[in-house]
Amino acid sequence: MNSAVIEADSRHAAGQRLRESIFRGATLVAALLVLTLLGGVALSLLKGAWPAFSHFKLQFLTREIWNPVTDQYGALAAVYGTLVTSLIAMLIAIPISFGIAIFLTELAPPWLKRPVGVAIELLAAVPSIIFGIWGLFVLAPMLQRHVQPWLIDVLGPLPLIGKLFQGPPFGIGVLTASVVLAIMVLPFISAVMRDVFETVPDVLKESGYGLGATTWEVIWKVVLPYTRSGVVGGIMLGLGRALGETMAVTFVIGNAHRISPSLLGPGTTISASIANEFTEAVGDLYTSSLIGLGALLFLITFTVIAAARLLLLRLDRRALSSV
Amino acid sequence: MSLVNPKRLLALLATVSVAASAQAATDISGAGATFPYPVYSKWADAYKKQTGVGLNYQSIGSGGGIKQIKAKTVTFGASDKPLEPAELKAAGLVQFPMIIGGVVPVTNVKGIKAGQLTLDGATVASIYLGEITEWNDARIKKLNPSAALPATAIAPVYRSDGSGTNFLFTDYLSKSSPKFKQSIGANASVQWPVGIGAKGNEGVANMTTQTDGAIGYVEYAYAKQNNMAFAKLINRGGKAVAPSAETFQAAAANADWAHSPGYYLILTDQPGAASWPITGASFILLYGTPPNPGDTAAALKFFDWAFRNGGQMASELDYVPLPESLIKQIRATWKSDIKGIPAMAAN
Repeated sequence: MNSAVIEADSRHAAGQRLRESIFRGATLVAALLVLTLLGGVALSLLKGAWPAFSHFKLQFLTREIWNPVTDQYGALAAVYGTLVTSLIAMLIAIPISFGIAIFLTELAPPWLKRPVGVAIELLAAVPSIIFGIWGLFVLAPMLQRHVQPWLIDVLGPLPLIGKLFQGPPFGIGVLTASVVLAIMVLPFISAVMRDVFETVPDVLKESGYGLGATTWEVIWKVVLPYTRSGVVGGIMLGLGRALGETMAVTFVIGNAHRISPSLLGPGTTISASIANEFTEAVGDLYTSSLIGLGALLFLITFTVIAAARLLLLRLDRRALSSV
Repeated sequence: MSLVNPKRLLALLATVSVAASAQAATDISGAGATFPYPVYSKWADAYKKQTGVGLNYQSIGSGGGIKQIKAKTVTFGASDKPLEPAELKAAGLVQFPMIIGGVVPVTNVKGIKAGQLTLDGATVASIYLGEITEWNDARIKKLNPSAALPATAIAPVYRSDGSGTNFLFTDYLSKSSPKFKQSIGANASVQWPVGIGAKGNEGVANMTTQTDGAIGYVEYAYAKQNNMAFAKLINRGGKAVAPSAETFQAAAANADWAHSPGYYLILTDQPGAASWPITGASFILLYGTPPNPGDTAAALKFFDWAFRNGGQMASELDYVPLPESLIKQIRATWKSDIKGIPAMAAN
């Protein structure tokens, strides 16, 4: 009877091991699938872009021209537009998101926490085409009538930064696209920030207050250092969305392959150019150049994420050595 | 206890799959231009009700349509820009026009209503080149001696997405202005030196109505349905004409189709006193020796039906049907250039 129990036990153990190894194999396949997909995307982008890269060489990166009639393509204007709109969007969105997250976790009365939190999550769920149409029909005319004339009159004559605010108020342009982008990434950044701020143990914060720290000091010296990697992660998530956002930008950026010194002027981004032109692109070099733009966007996003990781690594190391 | 009888479920599945495969066998597949999509789908609806044969048309753009027919994944391709005869021949394709539409310049100038402004090709080209920058410029005044033109700055608005509308407009400006032809040229997307790009007809219309002093260009249906302030244009015959079904059809009728191999003819700037100068046809591409003659025959049947019965439906959507003489010529082309198709029923 004893031996029967042992046998049953070992059979049970064998079954468990089998299940365990199947499970392990399945997760490994899932993980590898992601890598394969990523590699596949990178490879097919490179393959599609190769005719353009080999034809224009480095000029593909350094020229502003984008002329389908003469088959001359350079990505500079699109890359510039992508980086500038994302940068301005982050400049607007990060401080506001920070304010929202701090308010919700530290300062808001409980009855206000939920409605504001839900509102932010709802904002994240609005499809980008809605933001595009809203930007075109509501935001752009408002900026054109009320904000841009003021910018032109007040900031335009200033030395240096005045150049950024000159020209006619079209309503749509680089600045409008940046504002729409900022509104779009805002819920992502603030939701992540709020969640990570909530992970800070109350003990830590209470110790800070106990030592006589102000709210500002507790946030700056206790909450932020504790949640640094989460905050950077949230910002990167927002930046990633801003870099790749297509529809909303296409509607409001003015779609001109030029680099205008003024933020009020029209520009373009990588994804907006692809969305605008891919359907009617006839000719191998044209199509290939558009795919080349896609490859560049891939590279930019990759670089941004890698840089963020590196930054976090540095910060962690410094924090360790200072302990 | 099972709620569903498995045998019955199986039978149901079998009928569904049979129905699906039967549909796949009879549906006509096509891909291409977005401009004629509304009228093709309206025809397809009516045709399906009458004959049971559906049309699966993907409006992925002319470039995509050309690629798909060359890859033989669809029975017909559709393009707003005709292929050149040499390219047609190399690919073994037959091409013919199917429907006509027009592009209309629209403006937003204080005090100027629809049809009160007259422009010509050279002037519009100069505006889009950035050479004419104010509405009270002498060149515009000369065309409109009686209009009260303000000293407002002109804000040119263009279509940013690649489109047949862009192609027709830039082709017309290239024909009207050597300088435009040389520095910009005609294409579905071009590099504009000035102005602001808006996406789609709705984007251009919105930018134009929003911006004081703006000029833009949209498809005729769009200008008409939104009551936009269109400008008249002076055509090759020297007459100022307004955009309408009659002036579009005049351009198509006055064009010299008989001497254009492969119907390679762009309808902009055609002769005739009544011709609207920015008219264009949308084209269909088929194989001369079809890989699957049955499919091509079904497609031809549909096109033949549309030529016969589709005029009214097209007009309702503000497209213009082809003139009768041209349809006759196209039917002759089908007979002579497409091999392996049983003869069409005589009309």
